[in-house]
Amino acid sequence: MSITIAELTVGQDIGSRSIAVTRTDLVKYAGASGDFNPIHWNEAFATGVGLPGVIAHGMFTMGAAVQLVTDWAGDPAAVVDFQTRFTKPVPVADTTGTPEAGAVIEVSGAIGALDADAGTARVDLTVVSAGQKVLVKAQAVVRLA
Amino acid sequence: MTINPDLQGRSYPAAEVYDVGREKIREFARAVKATHPAHFDVDAAKALGHSDLVAPPTFAIIVAQRADAQLIEDPESGIDFSRVVHADQRFTHHRPIVAGDRLVAELHVDGVRAMGGGAMITTRSEIFALARGAAGDSADVREPVATTTSSILVRGEGQ
Repeated sequence: MSITIAELTVGQDIGSRSIAVTRTDLVKYAGASGDFNPIHWNEAFATGVGLPGVIAHGMFTMGAAVQLVTDWAGDPAAVVDFQTRFTKPVPVADTTGTPEAGAVIEVSGAIGALDADAGTARVDLTVVSAGQKVLVKAQAVVRLA
Repeated sequence: MTINPDLQGRSYPAAEVYDVGREKIREFARAVKATHPAHFDVDAAKALGHSDLVAPPTFAIIVAQRADAQLIEDPESGIDFSRVVHADQRFTHHRPIVAGDRLVAELHVDGVRAMGGGAMITTRSEIFALARGAAGDSADVREPVATTTSSILVRGEGQ
């Protein structure tokens, strides 16, 4: 990695990406994380507790969104702090057996603050699905060279 | 059922040890659609100065949610897990988590606030790595690895 704090400015864009999500992805995340709450894989259970249907784990969205920062920084260990609020659920439609995504999460990032003394940059992420902000105050602090 | 306000300030000591394996890092990385080679290829991780595969930035949630389970499953807490909504989450890394780490988490209940008929509960997990070869319960040979904080909203009836 070769990004230095001197070459960055507040407001600078670090890029964007689009994440396609399927019900299979939620099952994989449940297994990998150990979070087997049925609202993330069982339609009847999810609607029974008042949700519009199966929703993505907030931690799936948070974990997938930060990859934009990791790849930009060049080292996953450069992300020294990462926080978010979960404001809206991400409903994932059942598209099993088709090539379609059940939901799409759009992630973009910009430099929110620079701290020359600490050698860190704060990246502010905008994370949207179906036209709604699903994460708010999604901020990753990255240690730079 | 109402949330027990006496939960505030309660701590749960480090319980079981979580052994961080290479295949778990790879599995978790794939599950969050991470593609950085430092999660998959030991040589790529070493080229960046790490001793082994590096975990993704949110990997510590596995350890933190195991610690949270102690509170949620505590019969004194009054928490109905089917009414829990994750409200916010933060990870502060004191050093990267790498394959081979043996982690333990101490859980602290930092806040309990009534909200409507429910409650917002803020917990903090202090995650430590045990020194290589140390016994699972030796508290004096551990290194701070990460601090995670999490707020959950326990919805009241009709919320």
